[in-house]
Amino acid sequence: MAGIVGYGAYVPIFRIKPEEIARVWGEEGERIRKGLGIEEKTVPGIDEDSATLAAEAAKIAILRAGIDPQTIGAVYVGSESHPYAVKPTATIIAEVIGATPALTAADLEFACKAGTAAIQICMGMVDSGMIRYGLAIGTDTAQGRPGDALEYTAAAGAAAFLIGRDKKEMVAIIEDTYSYTTDTPDFWRRQHAEFPTHGGRFTGAPAYFKHVMSATQGLFEKTNTRASDYDYFVFHQPNGKFPIEAAKKMGIPVEKLKDGLLAPVIGNTYSAASPIGLCNVLDIAKPGERILVTSFGSGAGSDSFSILTTDALLQKRELGRKVSEFIAKKRYLDYGLYVKHRRKLKSF
Amino acid sequence: MPAESLAITWRRMPERYRMEGTCCSTCSTCYFPPRKICPKCRRKGKIESRRYSGHGKVYSFTCVTAPPEGFELEVPYVLAIVQLEEGPKITAQIVESHDCDVEIGDSVEMVFRKIKEDGEEGLIHYGFKFRKV
Repeated sequence: MAGIVGYGAYVPIFRIKPEEIARVWGEEGERIRKGLGIEEKTVPGIDEDSATLAAEAAKIAILRAGIDPQTIGAVYVGSESHPYAVKPTATIIAEVIGATPALTAADLEFACKAGTAAIQICMGMVDSGMIRYGLAIGTDTAQGRPGDALEYTAAAGAAAFLIGRDKKEMVAIIEDTYSYTTDTPDFWRRQHAEFPTHGGRFTGAPAYFKHVMSATQGLFEKTNTRASDYDYFVFHQPNGKFPIEAAKKMGIPVEKLKDGLLAPVIGNTYSAASPIGLCNVLDIAKPGERILVTSFGSGAGSDSFSILTTDALLQKRELGRKVSEFIAKKRYLDYGLYVKHRRKLKSF
Repeated sequence: MPAESLAITWRRMPERYRMEGTCCSTCSTCYFPPRKICPKCRRKGKIESRRYSGHGKVYSFTCVTAPPEGFELEVPYVLAIVQLEEGPKITAQIVESHDCDVEIGDSVEMVFRKIKEDGEEGLIHYGFKFRKV
């Protein structure tokens, strides 16, 4: 059975508050902050993109795993903001970590769930004996159209997981996974379009809630477990409110959501959202605790995982920088600087 | 500024992406960028490739306010000479130091960042910069 041998997350140092964005667009900042449950969101540095964020997260994952990068047989990078339309991000990461050339690599795209799809692919390859280790990454520098509701939440971050099959090396065992996928057009970005388009309220009930709840309940049934069997829940977090609402609808105590819910302080990091939440839980969980993670990607689908922490977690997590350390280090931008960072002006 | 040739960018990836330098196992001197021959030991030298730790200290620095083409958005930024743990001194940017709040002797670690882009349709050049620890 496959498991997590090493993990790492990274978020940039820059932040912007919803009040500052609202000021520019003549909206009520406090109402938006409370409505979305977002205190602030991360903004990438001018010299950062999905590849550089992924590289930083990957380096931490490998440091924690303590393995020779040459033994990594696959690198999959999930993102909706790959730096190139054609030219893989995965090859850049493989080169940075020193895993080239004997490996397979590819980029994945499935809105906000490409990172967890990467984990599933690596699990299959590791379990089948095709590879010894696989590196699965979710990374994004998400963009919202200026003035659009997405602008308040679209953030930047990355999380990387090294998947292996040797139980002794694992910080957590991935006990099972279940996916729920349909063709639901709630959010998209056409080729060459700069910003995504979304279905407004349609992104809620038929998209986020239906998929997150169906995948979570599907995993409960498949593994014959229920909410009380899990110590932590991590759901995809497009804002600070949706995951709490989903938990309440499923009768899951909100308390169990707290440690994996980072959207209020970093925003929606898209492909990295539930993966960074999982990293934060791994940073604090005790051995033998069970975590349920459910991602969501518009378009639409959800991947659920049942993850059991091991004794090795305590020692290995101290080898790399924790999520809370990145969150604590911040520098605020005003909207003018934010526009420059995100190159929203055509003259840039 | 003319774009760097693809072949040169590609050839320098090991040093720019992973900070791979060389060390002479005869006299233990390390070289970055990598050298093919140890100038101290000459014929007796034995050059080996080595991945550096990425840790070092600020040896000297300047705050750039009049940047070369391609770096306008980053101004003001710190350009430093970093003395690496392995010995060599290299020139690189220090990130997250927008008020130029860097001092000689500061401990730094390597980070992977975008260096420059060849316009909107050209290659993106990545490489090492440093961050204070």
